[in-house]
Amino acid sequence: MSFTPNIQAFCCHYTSQQSLAEGAEALKADGMPDNVTINRLVCGGKLQETTLLKAFEDGADAVFFVGCPIGECHNKKGSERAAKRVVAVKKSLQELGLGEERAEMFHSGRGFHLEFIEAAQLMNKRITDLGPAFEGGSK
Amino acid sequence: MIVAERKPMGEILTMVKDAKKILVLACRGCVSVCSAGGEREAEILASLIRIGLKKEGKKAKVSTDSLVRQCDKEYIDGLDQLKGKYDAIVSTACGVGVNFIANLRPKDTVYPALNTSFMGGSAEQGIWAEQCAGCGDCILHLTGGLCPVVRCAKSLLNGPCGGSVDGRCEIHSDVECIWQSIHDRMIRIGQAEGLERIAPIRDWSTATHGGPRKVVRDDLTVS
Repeated sequence: MSFTPNIQAFCCHYTSQQSLAEGAEALKADGMPDNVTINRLVCGGKLQETTLLKAFEDGADAVFFVGCPIGECHNKKGSERAAKRVVAVKKSLQELGLGEERAEMFHSGRGFHLEFIEAAQLMNKRITDLGPAFEGGSK
Repeated sequence: MIVAERKPMGEILTMVKDAKKILVLACRGCVSVCSAGGEREAEILASLIRIGLKKEGKKAKVSTDSLVRQCDKEYIDGLDQLKGKYDAIVSTACGVGVNFIANLRPKDTVYPALNTSFMGGSAEQGIWAEQCAGCGDCILHLTGGLCPVVRCAKSLLNGPCGGSVDGRCEIHSDVECIWQSIHDRMIRIGQAEGLERIAPIRDWSTATHGGPRKVVRDDLTVS
């Protein structure tokens, strides 16, 4: 049975601004999967565990965050803080038996980089292979 | 402060498996300071319970609220305002808070979300260390302010033991030998003569060995 995962991407303003400026069509042309929804935050430091967990409550099969490279965060340590929260969520997902692979942290530089698209493709492939997070699929 | 850690989710989900209205009740006291059971952690736990139940195909209403503390009767009274909104409380307080709710709410079901760890302080961000055993007969004035009861793996009162190596404990090599630190500190603050004192055999009746302890202050009690 075919399965299209619901993947929620979160990214900071600086990582995403150029990517979003490309526009949905241009991103799609570059290879961004349709089933990956981009949620922009002002900074990785603003990311809360509950933000990622709420996505699962709302039916996501996976989440990932794309933040600035370590040491290059516009707000000094925002992406490092985000990475810590992603680790906490991975641990919780593992405890719940959903698998830590359903949350991931990526780093990408400011402006448009293909890594941004590649992160989405990697997660899409991974979760498509893994299957739905919940019995009966995303609801 | 009292330091605690969240229990494994499997354990918590087993506790609430039959509940239909779950209240995750945060404590804004010690456990909020050590990021184990404050409002933010209660929100996270509530979300994890919802996800866990969803995975098991179960449905329950999971809400959150908080009390200033869960270790005083007047704050537990705050539960009156939540009457009817829960059939099980998952308390993110320390064990004291869970006991207080159980004491004062005979008909309420209350579960512990945390494992209460110890009395300690924040050594650095994200790291807490045990500093006091609450043994009921403090000797810190004799040991330069450093507690051998809880910080020595053997609770020696005349230390160090022969296993102290380069200032480290033989049982936990990543832990300082507190008796080495006591010696160094007593010398540093001009109290080296105190090291000559031999501590007598300790009367542990003030510690937990005689059952639950109680402090009664006649100057504060009201009849």
